Amino acid sequence: MRYEYYSNVALVSSVVVYVLAMFAHAAEWAAARRLGPAEEGERELAKVSTSEQTHSEASSTRVEPLDNRPVGRRPELVDGRDQPTSNAENHPATSRRVEQFGRMGVALTVIGFLLSVAGVVLRGLAAHRAPWGNMFEFTITAMVFIVGVYLIMVWRAGVRWLGLPVTLLAAVGNGLAVTVFYVAVAPLVPALHSVWFLIHIVAAAISGAAFNVGGVMSILYLIKKRAEDRDDVAGYLERLPSSRKIDLIAYRFLAFGFPLWTFTVVAGSIWAEYAWGRYWGWDPKETWALVTWVIYAGYLHARATAGWRGTKAAVIAIIGMASFWFNFIGINLLVSGLHSYAGI
Amino acid sequence: MTAIKTRESSADSSGPEPRSELPRLGWRGGLRYLWTQLTSMRTALILLFALALAAIPGSLVPQRRISPVRVADFINEHPTLGPIYDKVGLFGVYSSPWFSAIYLLLFVSLVGCIIPRVGVYAKALRARPPKTPRNLARLPAYAKAEIDNRDEDLLGRAAAELRRRHYRVDVSGDSVAAERGYLREAGNLVFHISLVFVLIGVAIGVLFGFRGTSVVIVGQGFSNNLTQYDDFSAGARFTEADLMPFSVTVKDFDVRFEKGPVQRGAARLFRANVEVTERPGAAPHQEVLEVNKPLRIGGTTVHLIGHGYAPKVTVKDAQGNVAFSGPVVMLPQDSNFTSLGVIKAPDARPERLAFEALFLPTAVLSEQGPQSVFPDALNPALFANVWYGPPKVETGKPENVYSLDATGLSQLKQSDGQPVRIALSVGDGVNLPDGKGSIQLDGWVRWVKLQIGDTPGVRISLIALAFAVTGLCLSLFVRPRRVWIRIRDAEVGRSVVEVGGLDRADARAGLTDDVAELATELSRRPEDVSAT
Repeated sequence: MRYEYYSNVALVSSVVVYVLAMFAHAAEWAAARRLGPAEEGERELAKVSTSEQTHSEASSTRVEPLDNRPVGRRPELVDGRDQPTSNAENHPATSRRVEQFGRMGVALTVIGFLLSVAGVVLRGLAAHRAPWGNMFEFTITAMVFIVGVYLIMVWRAGVRWLGLPVTLLAAVGNGLAVTVFYVAVAPLVPALHSVWFLIHIVAAAISGAAFNVGGVMSILYLIKKRAEDRDDVAGYLERLPSSRKIDLIAYRFLAFGFPLWTFTVVAGSIWAEYAWGRYWGWDPKETWALVTWVIYAGYLHARATAGWRGTKAAVIAIIGMASFWFNFIGINLLVSGLHSYAGI
Repeated sequence: MTAIKTRESSADSSGPEPRSELPRLGWRGGLRYLWTQLTSMRTALILLFALALAAIPGSLVPQRRISPVRVADFINEHPTLGPIYDKVGLFGVYSSPWFSAIYLLLFVSLVGCIIPRVGVYAKALRARPPKTPRNLARLPAYAKAEIDNRDEDLLGRAAAELRRRHYRVDVSGDSVAAERGYLREAGNLVFHISLVFVLIGVAIGVLFGFRGTSVVIVGQGFSNNLTQYDDFSAGARFTEADLMPFSVTVKDFDVRFEKGPVQRGAARLFRANVEVTERPGAAPHQEVLEVNKPLRIGGTTVHLIGHGYAPKVTVKDAQGNVAFSGPVVMLPQDSNFTSLGVIKAPDARPERLAFEALFLPTAVLSEQGPQSVFPDALNPALFANVWYGPPKVETGKPENVYSLDATGLSQLKQSDGQPVRIALSVGDGVNLPDGKGSIQLDGWVRWVKLQIGDTPGVRISLIALAFAVTGLCLSLFVRPRRVWIRIRDAEVGRSVVEVGGLDRADARAGLTDDVAELATELSRRPEDVSAT
């Protein structure tokens, strides 16, 4: 009982802290509007760092390895990491403010993350089982994965530019969880007593996290691409990596998520045989899992098809994310099926 | 392209001829054109989206195979829409012609795309890495290092270094050409071919498999032959001889429900102790049957997929003889197991009797009438209407045991014209008015619904899926890369090592680092290398 109480306190606090982090990042973006375009030198660096990705681009990367430059450094990370240099001389105060808000956002996100981890762990202790038995528990777990991956990427790859959408997602996710999806701790129904419970749901949560991060990046890609095409890259968009780079990172997430999602569906199908006596029964949840799978398969094919790369592929990735969310929320709440047994 | 040009020029010279934009293809050309279109990536993309779209209605419109009752309700509620939906197959989306057409076309397209690629890949496997380009500096990644006192075997060292990094290496002249990541395409091919095998496995299951259910009252048994099934469906190639001659007796069935405040009434445990006799004459053995723990008997699986109540009643006729006695299976209507059923006493004389009955495991009388408030049997009660009529000639025709055919029957009414309503707790009995007989609720037992089935071919599908996931990972995560190293002599005693690299797949990182690292590695003196 105490565990459950503290779990709820931690989760509600995490929502508040994520909202604060979101405000900090929004302030960061707003403050950056005052900054002009980055200096040419930085642009050049950003360009060089991404050009290795594409052999179609004419420019080539020249690396002279004889100086003392440490070899192992990853040049493609430069543009995200070295943010506050460009206009420091022109707008020292503004630039400092951008940096302060940004750091504040990340710090708050870390606190929110720790609170939501505590929430999930305490929930598990309260229930004496893995806390993945219903929508509420799935959501808080998936949010831990999303924010955890984001924080690792901030640390390793300088993706602080993802701060605003990720904190928004985390605040909305955990917010929905503690308000709409909330159910008190209860034991599992017999159908969930299975090792596949762990395998299937963890795989679903992780691939869902990857799809969501990839989807958020695809949205940023579209925004940045539009600005680039209009030659109107200003304000915070200036701080984002090039659209091509965003597209590549998004692809990495989705390419990671897709095989795992395939596995999730297969594992679910094997479990369905144990629990319900058939591998595949076109239950709404199963159908939408397949629909989501097919959409992401379409995304991967689109990236390899002339005329579909870039914007169209990004739109498909966003549709895929929408399908994932519909499968998760819409199917559980609107349509009756075998997966709607978990309290909500 | 050339064909079009020559055609146009000939048209120009020979004067009036109907101009057409496209050349005539002929039927062979037409077929080839169709085939090229079908196997193109663009068509595959469109088919993928068509498949996703086509699958959606089946999740929103009730499906006959999943719940025929909801389909019937839907048609009743939508008198215009219902029949239209029915015509276009929206109540059976996944077996409808249009859905099948999409996935079959998709698989044809897939096979047409994959087969040529297997040939190309087989050739590529035997090919040597492509020759070193003249100007390495124009490659996406390039690094250069100058060294003095070049050792003789620098090229050999370069090749060895590349081999250590799992490149396929080809040394010629002053340069080394290297390539790696052949497994990417292999993974891609394995993934797509595996999908075909998944479909084959499913098809085998559909053709040779069977599935049926049987309601078994606790204490009674089931033996595996067609007469014992309540419903049964099987593939076209299934024969009755495929049924293994086992039998299962349900010894007891333990079910528990949540009694706490959270999720009150949710199921917490289903466990049946059963005795299995694998074939007539074999020694029976005890097994435990639970949700998530099906029994495997030979190739057949037995699942526990449902349960309910069967009140035990005794009906006596007007002459005082027992006309019926035993448990009557009733079907649960809601999560609190409000159960409906019919107790039939066709042998009652002079008039046969039938009871339309409602069994409530935890009965509470509310304003809406009696209802069950908890799924466990805490306060079981039976409510019934009574019907009577002249005896019916035995026709041997099967009739539905769960519903009452009121033909030839009249409802038993009180003197004020109200239908007689009977309410019984366990142990109670009542005499019917007008001396029609009596009914007694002796107790209740549970029944379980067993699903017996076999899906051959599923092993093929599962193995194919394991291959598919492995292939998918290879095709997404293996990085095909080409690297060339050239060693030129510059001034006297000095040489230049040039390293150029090219990534052959999207979204790869670290090419520049790798190239730079190779250049650094080779520019070091061998003794330095051995020192580290």
